[in-house]
Amino acid sequence: MKLKLALFAVMMSILTVLTGCEQLTVLDPKGPQAERLASDIMLTMLMMAGIVIAVFVWLVIMLVKYRASKQPADYEPPHIEGNPWVEGILVGIPVLIVAFLSFVSVQSNYIVESAPQGYEEKEPLVVYASSSDWKWHFSYPEEGIETVNYLYIPTDRPLEFRLYSHGPITSFWIPQLGGQKYAMNAHVTKLHLAADVEGDYMGRNANFSGEGFAENKFDVTAMNQEEFDDWVKEVKATAEPITEEKFEKLLEPGHLGRMTFTGTHLEFSPAPEHHHEGDKYEDKDEHKHSEEHHSASDKESSDHDKHMNHDE
Amino acid sequence: MEFFERFAIPHPSFAIYASMVAAGLTLIAIVAGLTYFKKWGYLWREWITTVDHKRIGIMYLISALMMLFRGGVDAIMMRAQLAVPDNTLLDSQHYNEIFTTHGVVMILFMAMPFIIFFMNFVVPLQIGARDVAFPRLNALSFWLFFMGAMLFNISFMVGGSPDAGWTSYFPLADGESVGSHYYMIAIQIAGIGTLMTGINFITTILKMRAPGMTLMKMPMFTWASLITSVIIVFAFPVLTVALAMGTMDLLFGTQFFTLENGGMAMLWANLFWVWGHPEVYILILPAFGIYSEIISTSARRNLYGYKSMVGSMVLISLLSFVVWAHHFFTMGQGAFANSIFSITTMAIAVPTGVKIFNWLLTLWKGKIEFTTPMLYSILFIPLFTLGGVTGVMLAMSAADYQYHNTMFLVAHFHNVIIPGVVFAMLAGLTFYWPKMFGFMLNEKIGKWTAWLLSIGFLLAFMPMYVTGLDGQARRMYTYSESTGFGPLNMVSFVGAAIMAVGFVLIVYNIYYSVRYASRDISADPWDARTLEWATHTPVPEYNFAITPEVASSEALWDVKKKGHVLFKGDYEKIHMPNNSGVPFIMSCIFFAWGFSLVFSLWIPAIITTIGIFICMTLRSFEKDHGHYISVKEIEDTESEMRGA
Repeated sequence: MKLKLALFAVMMSILTVLTGCEQLTVLDPKGPQAERLASDIMLTMLMMAGIVIAVFVWLVIMLVKYRASKQPADYEPPHIEGNPWVEGILVGIPVLIVAFLSFVSVQSNYIVESAPQGYEEKEPLVVYASSSDWKWHFSYPEEGIETVNYLYIPTDRPLEFRLYSHGPITSFWIPQLGGQKYAMNAHVTKLHLAADVEGDYMGRNANFSGEGFAENKFDVTAMNQEEFDDWVKEVKATAEPITEEKFEKLLEPGHLGRMTFTGTHLEFSPAPEHHHEGDKYEDKDEHKHSEEHHSASDKESSDHDKHMNHDE
Repeated sequence: MEFFERFAIPHPSFAIYASMVAAGLTLIAIVAGLTYFKKWGYLWREWITTVDHKRIGIMYLISALMMLFRGGVDAIMMRAQLAVPDNTLLDSQHYNEIFTTHGVVMILFMAMPFIIFFMNFVVPLQIGARDVAFPRLNALSFWLFFMGAMLFNISFMVGGSPDAGWTSYFPLADGESVGSHYYMIAIQIAGIGTLMTGINFITTILKMRAPGMTLMKMPMFTWASLITSVIIVFAFPVLTVALAMGTMDLLFGTQFFTLENGGMAMLWANLFWVWGHPEVYILILPAFGIYSEIISTSARRNLYGYKSMVGSMVLISLLSFVVWAHHFFTMGQGAFANSIFSITTMAIAVPTGVKIFNWLLTLWKGKIEFTTPMLYSILFIPLFTLGGVTGVMLAMSAADYQYHNTMFLVAHFHNVIIPGVVFAMLAGLTFYWPKMFGFMLNEKIGKWTAWLLSIGFLLAFMPMYVTGLDGQARRMYTYSESTGFGPLNMVSFVGAAIMAVGFVLIVYNIYYSVRYASRDISADPWDARTLEWATHTPVPEYNFAITPEVASSEALWDVKKKGHVLFKGDYEKIHMPNNSGVPFIMSCIFFAWGFSLVFSLWIPAIITTIGIFICMTLRSFEKDHGHYISVKEIEDTESEMRGA
């Protein structure tokens, strides 16, 4: 009886997870990358629920059927070594499941690491997202603006985030747009996202980074391209320029609200790019980018030599 | 004054002061008690200097149980802090220290000694040996572990606890307080002890088996211990090196893992997990071994698929070394590397599945008796399967971008470690208790405990899968009400509280059974199948008066059912190792050495380093050939045991 109760509790918890899907952030995707991940998660969850239920049922049958109290007192269980057929089947089924999931997993890896599906044709908006104790700095080199702790993004464009950290390793995560990725001090990692739907989303650092970690989050607002352009114009008209001095101050540990600047800190404190092989190939791509971006990347490469020295 | 300020706690709180007082009072009570009852000499002769594997095992057990409660208090405080949104019970710093010490204590100072207790107590008996291959090294292993654990445990009272998580990722661990120093040095000392345990048990199992016990006739727990020891020997040197590099970064300004001058923070992550991933198999394989023993004993049947059980363990041990990068799928290592590690990780599900199916098939046609150890083993199968399948989910590297660093992950690894390792330890504890102490633990209280722990476990950890998918990152000391995480975290807290009641019941069960349990039990109370039950209870110093001869992995069962004769021939004098105080003294010096390094006290550090080398030198010139137990003594002991 107690066992059945426990099993019931387990089943209920699985059901809670399954039925609660619509509301859970990760399973409520608003972009193609997050959609792929959510469908992977649902697929595995259903398959795994099948396996768990099969094991439960098998266990219960064994326990009910072969419990000592049910059997005659003189019953002597037989000696059974094992059977290659039985064991072969029991290895075969997991092998098939794992092979299928491996296939899905590899496919998903290549999907989330490349430009979002349906957005391949469009020029990505490059945003440098860098973390410091315990803030996020978003630089838009193309637009020549920078924000702290909030992110405005256009909906109809792929987004290319270039992540790095001014301090401990952090992890950049907007669950409804896609999975997280580390932002590290020594080099830049890239994360491809896109938003299909306008709206406000939660973004945060998911990797523990010390005392102020819990509040290390940011707001994401997805809007259409016109609204985004208007916002950029407004920022350029109203915001103060970011200076080296100001930026140094921002880097000091602590929490800050939303802030907006013209210019980006990349001009005087470039991102640690070109530090690893992957970026060599990127250089070629950058020539294809728009005029505005060109000027930004030129400045980076001029600083690049200086930066190289203490890498080796 | 400045000198003493170093030892002050940087973030004091009422809880810390209260535990300082409690620790002080306990220490005074112990010293006073030992003096009053004149037990110092007994303690020194019988326990501190002992080289007997059974006693060393019991000391591991006591340490592990102590640490279980230390880590458990940390856990309860964490769940209490998160039970409601915007809670102010703990501040951020205190919470960070608590989850760091909870992780380190539970993995390294609770689970590790617990499995080493089983290896120590059971393996020599199970293979019909008199002791382990290197008894004195075994004592040194224990005392080094113990001193490492103690050094780590005083951190919150002297100088401050580590606060960078049990993974202690750089550059976060590069902090100003001494917490990270404690982490590096305390784990180093304990780790050296563990590494020596691994060497000791490989030698013991390969060289000291009873006549007739070929490798494929070893009981399953011995097999698990052998494979575990091999993993230890391959994995722990990585930890030793990583910790040494980290220590040098912290103390001497080298820059292996720092931000500047080419230091690579992710190198630490790689080294840590090259050790850390096999480490979880170091914990789970002996647990599998224990379950195998208990399930086949209680189902009154031989273990189904012995060969595939062994094969799957070997495969798991190999795979455990090629999956470490799944701990940082989100590092930006690219789709190809992630795909490789995704596939190798998922592959572990196959041999693990084989084991689950074999246990289920062991129940098939059996005659299942629902004893307490068996209850844990039965609960283990579905609960661990649940943890196993979520592991497969996490192994989907793209999907892991959404699970990584969230409560989903926390739910997963607790879901494998608690039903997998903790239940095995409690099952094994109940199973081997009569062999250790000559009386059984109360079955009724034991079953209550198992149910409370299972229900508490489900309530505590199932909600975390949900909050993880809802975006709750791990290690957040607080969250706002608008996140909606509140109600499920409250459920978790209730579950944790129920588990706490379960753990307290274990203590009550020990107390109750010490007072009321019958002492009139046979040497084989579970009607078991393997050699460890073939000797007397309590087990004499020499384990077996005559070395047994075996013909299968179930030597005792052969005696019962096939008329096999285990003990042939007459008593002969038995060679046994002498007790030694050196392992204890040397470990005390190690403790002082570690403490000096933590606080950069260079002169004591140099003196203690010399002290350690003196101990080693003395040992290498020492002529200690052990002693013999005469035939007369054996006869006396044996007839007394039989009479009693």
